[in-house]
Amino acid sequence: MSVFLAKRFITLLATLIGASIVIFTVMEILPGDPALVILGVDATESSVAALTKELGLDRPPLERYFDWIGGLLQGELGNSYAYKVPVSELVQGALQITVPLAILSMILSVTIALVIGLYAAANHNKASDVTLMGVSQLGISVPNFWLAVLLILYFAVNLKWFPPGGFPGWDQGFWKCINALILPAVALATVQGAILARITRSSVLEVFREDFVRTARAKGLSQRATLWLHVLRNAMIPVITVMGLQFANLLAGTVVVENVFYLPGLGSTVLKAINNRDTIVVENVVLMLAAMVVITNFVVDILYAVIDPRLKAHDI
Amino acid sequence: MTALALMGLLPENASTTGSVNLDGENLLQKSEAEMCRVRGNKMAMIFQEPMTSLNPVHTVGRQIMEPLRLHKGLSKSSAMQEAIRLLDRVGIPNPAERVSNYPHQLSGGQRQRVMIALALSCSPDVLIADEPTTALDVTIQDQILELIQTLVQEEGMSLVLISHDLGVIAENTDNVIVMYGGTVVESGKTDHIFDQLTHPYTQGLFAAMPKVGMGRGKRLTTIPGTVPDLINLPSGCTFTDRCPLASDICAGNIPPVNQMEGSHLVTCHHLQQAVSARSKGLYE
Ligand code: SF4
Repeated sequence: MSVFLAKRFITLLATLIGASIVIFTVMEILPGDPALVILGVDATESSVAALTKELGLDRPPLERYFDWIGGLLQGELGNSYAYKVPVSELVQGALQITVPLAILSMILSVTIALVIGLYAAANHNKASDVTLMGVSQLGISVPNFWLAVLLILYFAVNLKWFPPGGFPGWDQGFWKCINALILPAVALATVQGAILARITRSSVLEVFREDFVRTARAKGLSQRATLWLHVLRNAMIPVITVMGLQFANLLAGTVVVENVFYLPGLGSTVLKAINNRDTIVVENVVLMLAAMVVITNFVVDILYAVIDPRLKAHDI
Repeated sequence: MTALALMGLLPENASTTGSVNLDGENLLQKSEAEMCRVRGNKMAMIFQEPMTSLNPVHTVGRQIMEPLRLHKGLSKSSAMQEAIRLLDRVGIPNPAERVSNYPHQLSGGQRQRVMIALALSCSPDVLIADEPTTALDVTIQDQILELIQTLVQEEGMSLVLISHDLGVIAENTDNVIVMYGGTVVESGKTDHIFDQLTHPYTQGLFAAMPKVGMGRGKRLTTIPGTVPDLINLPSGCTFTDRCPLASDICAGNIPPVNQMEGSHLVTCHHLQQAVSARSKGLYE
């Protein structure tokens, strides 16, 4: 197990170093001068030059890259070019929305997926299975921003159960914040849950055809006991793989839904930073997202090994 | 298929006719819940593929303990004790360590031993072995068969052995049922059948066996044609397409059951011809 972990950890570090180089290079190539964007098109050449120097952007790229990484290692993210506040402050606010939102959506999505997927698999080819799969097909096809608008119209405007948008901040009380996150979480989880439900169903059905399922039945286990005791765990590998991808997507790819609900999450923050050519914010946030994705994969890998003892054996 | 039908484990879209009697009860009339109490308890099964018949994510101990806890209601610790005893019984060295192994840590022969231990766990009345050695090394095959034979005798179980290997059948059974295309073509005491191979299919099976002293270079005898599609069997004798004795009557008419010596039964239209073909061989 320790060899397995060590290998995975080295991969994790290598990926992050690679990602930091790619991110930095892309931001270098990206047209648009931060100083020019901050000062506006009417700025004089000398004031632009002065600001460039002040921001440290006149130094060679390699030096700036190592400066950035060195700072990161000491927990120093630098200051935003556009807002003149520490990047960490900007990011912290966004994380306080994005991370709980991602977790909430994931819980919803997994719950939907397991309930629907297992129920459909257990009733394979019966009416309930066909109906559920039809519904999930619908869930996959609905764009989440459109679903978000529908949810706001119905649950926020008509029924007034939830606020239509915005985020009160965690100092305003836990439930108030959760309340503000529920509709966006539902909008995000519907599509992902529907996809995951289909994967759960097909994976369970596939495992049901395995020889050891027949053995379990020959032991005298009922169909249902076989599902819970023998099939489920074997069927979880593809489900967990997709769950990992979905979680990464929930952290980084929710800009549209965030905007519909006026949530200043991580996605919106990056978008704004890109528009402002606030390179240092973009670099740090994107690297942070990469780190979260890589860590998610790391956790998924560990889960694989916990689920299937054969994987551990191959690695050692 | 036959074995799965006996266990009541055919796929949902299959239908079974006739009866399967165990202790005077027809198993086909039992509900699914009742069958769950029979399977693994009174009637247990060993499968052909030891490599895939065990759950890869559970330890072998856990898999052997499962029927014990289910049918015998043993506690976890006593089921564990029993699992170790069973592993020892089927000849697995270091059973106390092996219980916590996963199937991938065992060889094919050992996995089949685990399957036997599993089948044995609740001392069933009937043990069904469906080609138990086909997937194993030749050297291991004999060991496994010997083990099954010993256990069957010591535990007083009945053994239903399904095999293509006539040698295996001859050594391990008292009665034989020869099946072709889903129907019984010949049945009777093992000794009688091997003394008097009668049905053209049985003769073919025997002729197709490699024989000692046959010499190199000589081709093995084969039965011409291929196994029929079970969906469109001929309406008469299922062996018609491949039988050297087949005549017009065979394809359309179900052949009669002829009684030979003792309980020896042969299902064929041309019994006399089949009997006289014994000496010169039908497939030369
Ligand atoms: S009934 Fe006809 S086809 Fe069938 S085994 Fe006898 S001779 Fe051959």
